[in-house]
Amino acid sequence: METLGHLAHGFSVAFTPVNLLWCLLGTTLGTAIGVLPGLGPALTIALLLPITYQVAPEASFILFAGIYYGAMYGGSTTSILLNTPGESATIVTALEGNRMARSGRGGAALATSAIGSFVAGTLGTLGVAFLAPVVVKFALAFGPAEYFSLMVLAFITVSAVLGSSSVRGLTSLFAGFVIGMIGVDLQTGQPRFTFGSTELLDGVDVIIAAVGLFAVGETLYMASRRYAGKDEIVPLKGSLYMTAAEWGRSWKPWLRGAAIGFPIGAMPAGGAEIPTFLSYAIEKKLSKHKEEFGTVGAIEGVAGPEAANNASAAGVLVPMLTLGLPTSATAAIMLSAFQSYGINPGPLLLTTQGDLVWGLIASLFIANVILVILNLPLIGLWVRLLKIPAPQLYAGILVFATVGTYGISQSPIDLVILYLLGAAGFLMRRFDFPTAPVIIGMILGPLAETQFRRAMTISNGDWSVFYTHKLSLTLLTLAFIGLAGPHIWAFIEHRRRRGPEHVPGDA
Amino acid sequence: MSTSDQQAAPWRLAVPELLIGIGLLACAGAVAWQTLAIPVSPLYSKVGPTVFPYLTMFGLVVLSLLLILAALRGGWQPEEEKETPTDWKAMGFVVIGLIANLLLIRPLGFTAASVIMFVLVCYGFGSKRTLRDAVLGLILALAAYFGFARALGVNIGAGFIENQLNTVIDAFITMLRG
Repeated sequence: METLGHLAHGFSVAFTPVNLLWCLLGTTLGTAIGVLPGLGPALTIALLLPITYQVAPEASFILFAGIYYGAMYGGSTTSILLNTPGESATIVTALEGNRMARSGRGGAALATSAIGSFVAGTLGTLGVAFLAPVVVKFALAFGPAEYFSLMVLAFITVSAVLGSSSVRGLTSLFAGFVIGMIGVDLQTGQPRFTFGSTELLDGVDVIIAAVGLFAVGETLYMASRRYAGKDEIVPLKGSLYMTAAEWGRSWKPWLRGAAIGFPIGAMPAGGAEIPTFLSYAIEKKLSKHKEEFGTVGAIEGVAGPEAANNASAAGVLVPMLTLGLPTSATAAIMLSAFQSYGINPGPLLLTTQGDLVWGLIASLFIANVILVILNLPLIGLWVRLLKIPAPQLYAGILVFATVGTYGISQSPIDLVILYLLGAAGFLMRRFDFPTAPVIIGMILGPLAETQFRRAMTISNGDWSVFYTHKLSLTLLTLAFIGLAGPHIWAFIEHRRRRGPEHVPGDA
Repeated sequence: MSTSDQQAAPWRLAVPELLIGIGLLACAGAVAWQTLAIPVSPLYSKVGPTVFPYLTMFGLVVLSLLLILAALRGGWQPEEEKETPTDWKAMGFVVIGLIANLLLIRPLGFTAASVIMFVLVCYGFGSKRTLRDAVLGLILALAAYFGFARALGVNIGAGFIENQLNTVIDAFITMLRG
């Protein structure tokens, strides 16, 4: 098997003492920020982007991947003990996990989620190793028109299909396009959307956008709703070792969760919400202990979604590494790290940057081993992090937000943009606009534009390339179904039931 | 809200949501204005630098009209968000902290500006132990300055405190070298 040879080579890259240290640092930091509410992997990786000027690409991607995986492990701890999901992907874990903690089985909930994350994360990483070369073979046939159509499909799925409203998701995406277009047009050298300001010629840095939306926006949001009441930390009770019965109830949900999570993550749609909710629904249906769901907490309802979450996080790496197509905010920021090294992720990445890609994949296996150790025997350490009081936590987040932003060019204009984006992030939280499509739109929008213009140049300005190429037409049709399908379906249902004229808030 | 409500008053204006829709329409206008300002060379007339901006503008106009329509039909803000009253005082202190940071970072340097922001934000979030917060803020800002910024090779504006400490550290290093 060719892949096994590549993997062996990858391990020789990842097992150097320096790279192991980067992996340890990444997983530790990732768990910490996953545990802390208000900090996520996208924000953390954005703040650490300047490291790409300092170290080799292998080192920084091993660090980023450790943070990415670590945040998934840490997020579940917060969900279980605090009932406030540390990450959006761990919302479902809070449903049953927190109930288990309240009924004195917090230890088992943490154990099944950590071991389930390990099992699914390892299976998912294996999936990446074996699926990536296959996708590459397929992707080599892609021309600019196909790439553009694929990006359109990804735009539709990340903004319109996932989330509560397609109009608000698309609004976020288009706002991201506008931010991404600010600066000099790379093909013609014309300044765009700069309002005559020289500071904007370089465009808006992705660090500023991510920090503004995720750190400043989140802090304003948390300050605004201090009246909403606080969640209590459930003290950790119960042994961290699962009983034989608990193992018996966990292993099938882990495997099912991995089987649901990885394919959905690997599709150019991404997102961990759908696989986790899907896994939860399936486990609830299949469980022999239905009475525990929603009452004392069912272990299957933690094991399945946690596994699905980690497997889909691994799956997201497939389109990112093979097609250069990020489908989550974190993946989009990792893509900008590639750009900062002058590397273009795409079908050629696996051959031209073999050391980097296979070293990264190998380090993910190592990260999973480190993480299961960090998150089980050392769980007490992370529980202590949960006790950091909100005032100092959020004030500290803003100090780091300032370092990350002001450090780019020591320009107060950057801080002004940061605060404006923070205000926008606050409004988006209050009015239920998703924030991830902004980051994806801002990174992927300019790439889509490049492919579009390339396709049009090759075809000599003939728009028909997008629908005469079969593959391109298929992708665009899928995108259209994704956008219009649910509305047409709802319309048919509505006709059949002859219900009320409209539902407020259905935009 | 019940079904009968909806039928009785199908057009209920939601002001905040309407403002968001109008604001977005204004953004689309700004995009149009800035797109018209892009000079287009005839060489690139096929797919020039303005094609995507126009597509984006068109998308924004359609989306903002849909949002305005939704606002006229009662808005979309989740019930849970509507029911939580906004803590304007807490938010106000956070905003003042941010603005203070913006205004003071040049004249006072990163550390001093950060301490002031830290204290104001903590106070906004309900912390009453201002002196302790100031000390915490100072430790954190120095850690950020000397650890994070120097390790990453990021250059943050040095002010009085950083310069003094840099002098001390340099003197210490020279002394060690003897």
